[in-house]
Amino acid sequence: MNELFRPLDFSFARAWSVWQRNLMVWRRLAIPSIMGNLADPLIYLLGLGLGLGALLPKVHGVSYISFLATGTVAFSTMNAATFEALYSGYARAHEQKTWAAIMNAPLSLDDVMIGELMWSATKSLFSGGAILIVISAFGLVSPIHALAAVPLVVLIGLCFAGIGYIATALATGYDFFMYWLTLFISPMAMLCGVFFPLEQLPAFVRGAASILPLGHAINAVRPLLLQGEVPLLWLHVLVLLAYTVVGFGIARALMRRRLLS
Amino acid sequence: MPLIVENLRKNYGDAEIVRGISFALQPGECFALLGPNGAGKTTTLRCVLGHTELSSGHVELCGLPVPERAREARARVGVVPQNDGLDPDFTVTENLIVYSRYFGIPASQARARVPSLLAFAGLEAKANARVTTLSGGMKRRLTMARALVADPDLLIMDEPTTGLDPQARHLIWERLKGLVARGKTLLLTTHFMDEAERLAHRIAILDRGQIIALGTPREVIAAHIEPQVVEVFGDWDGHEGGAAAWARAHALQFAGRFETSGETAFCYLSEVDLLLEHLKTQSGLRYLHRPANLEDVFLKLTGRELRDE
Repeated sequence: MNELFRPLDFSFARAWSVWQRNLMVWRRLAIPSIMGNLADPLIYLLGLGLGLGALLPKVHGVSYISFLATGTVAFSTMNAATFEALYSGYARAHEQKTWAAIMNAPLSLDDVMIGELMWSATKSLFSGGAILIVISAFGLVSPIHALAAVPLVVLIGLCFAGIGYIATALATGYDFFMYWLTLFISPMAMLCGVFFPLEQLPAFVRGAASILPLGHAINAVRPLLLQGEVPLLWLHVLVLLAYTVVGFGIARALMRRRLLS
Repeated sequence: MPLIVENLRKNYGDAEIVRGISFALQPGECFALLGPNGAGKTTTLRCVLGHTELSSGHVELCGLPVPERAREARARVGVVPQNDGLDPDFTVTENLIVYSRYFGIPASQARARVPSLLAFAGLEAKANARVTTLSGGMKRRLTMARALVADPDLLIMDEPTTGLDPQARHLIWERLKGLVARGKTLLLTTHFMDEAERLAHRIAILDRGQIIALGTPREVIAAHIEPQVVEVFGDWDGHEGGAAAWARAHALQFAGRFETSGETAFCYLSEVDLLLEHLKTQSGLRYLHRPANLEDVFLKLTGRELRDE
């Protein structure tokens, strides 16, 4: 319990050196990485949006593809942050012992983890940002609204990376992450209105969306992109921030127990 | 003082891994922590570097209390961990530059230092090679060069030659001697006695979490064991049981103490002439006479049974 409230031993410059290391690795693989970030969501977006969208009337007053595109921004951002925190994070924290080597230099675990958190958010911004660029180029959303959504995309990335490190701290191997993906991430996509609106679903499902972080992410991003304004924006931002802080706080305590005991 | 350890204890649950050890490093000396597997060597290093809380005791690294100010102290320490922890995504040069950044060294300065670090490691020809293409010895030398990026006064190395072939070990030893010659203080752990005897000014033998011998290799040998060793082995013609049977029958006539291990008898003594005369008359037995070394002390103090965990 004390570990949760241990004061941060952190400097931005030190965390930045960890971020720079990850950027340097990413630059080698940038082209396939951007392809992956962009191609997968776009295939779904175009396939479902055009194929399924042709069968559907307007959803919430917009075409189905616009509805889906705005959900995809939040969904892809979540996925990018999650995969970076889980799989790449596990490799660096445990398998390659990169974090241990860094902590032999004058860096604390907080420096390393905050650098990693910033990096995961950056990766998710690459992903969410790429989709924002494409959907504004297609004319599905206004470029001004897309630009306004960038801070939200960063917050969504921080949120899902922050809670994702809980899984990374607990994982005994890469297989462990299937629990996180199939019990948390995938159901959330169905319960939070990425692919379809929630009005026709039972009330308890809509209740779930009001608790889960992806629900708040979508309820902030979608109206911002489609209408340029968000009812209860402060609430969505506050919930995402709370998930980030609490999730990362728990992950930090678990990681300290695992790596520094 | 580069490092002071006083009455350090570290428990994991009920298991006492380090049970009250004290030692201090003099500037410029090479100090080796010797011990069998599980003796507490690596745990001691983790405590010293502030990677874990102490259960009790006092540690001061480069004049700063640990773990409270360990992070600052590590700015003046180079560490060579057991599993190198090199960055597999980077080349040799990139590993050095990225690691320099963690010490707040500007890129231009880091880049300027790379050639001398590569020369130290003997890796000039591998400057742009991927780490994954290096041999085990090259990786270890790169890890040593990486530990030197901030030109530290103190180097802490956990089993620097474990897993290397003899050629690679000798190359590492030369580098370590070079560091001592440059005035660096070295703390290393090893379970190779010859390594400790060759490199260390002082040694501490650690067993079951306690220091059971401390001093220069010569002092430790003189304090704990007879100066001469005669190893006796082979068949003992006309008798059952070979060298071991011979030792049970005759060794104590000549030697103050003997031990048997498998087919070999180890006789520990000061004057060997009478024993050697006797052995020449025993047909079938063969022997090896040598001065006592740290390994003899180590085996005497920690026993001959296996310590695999």
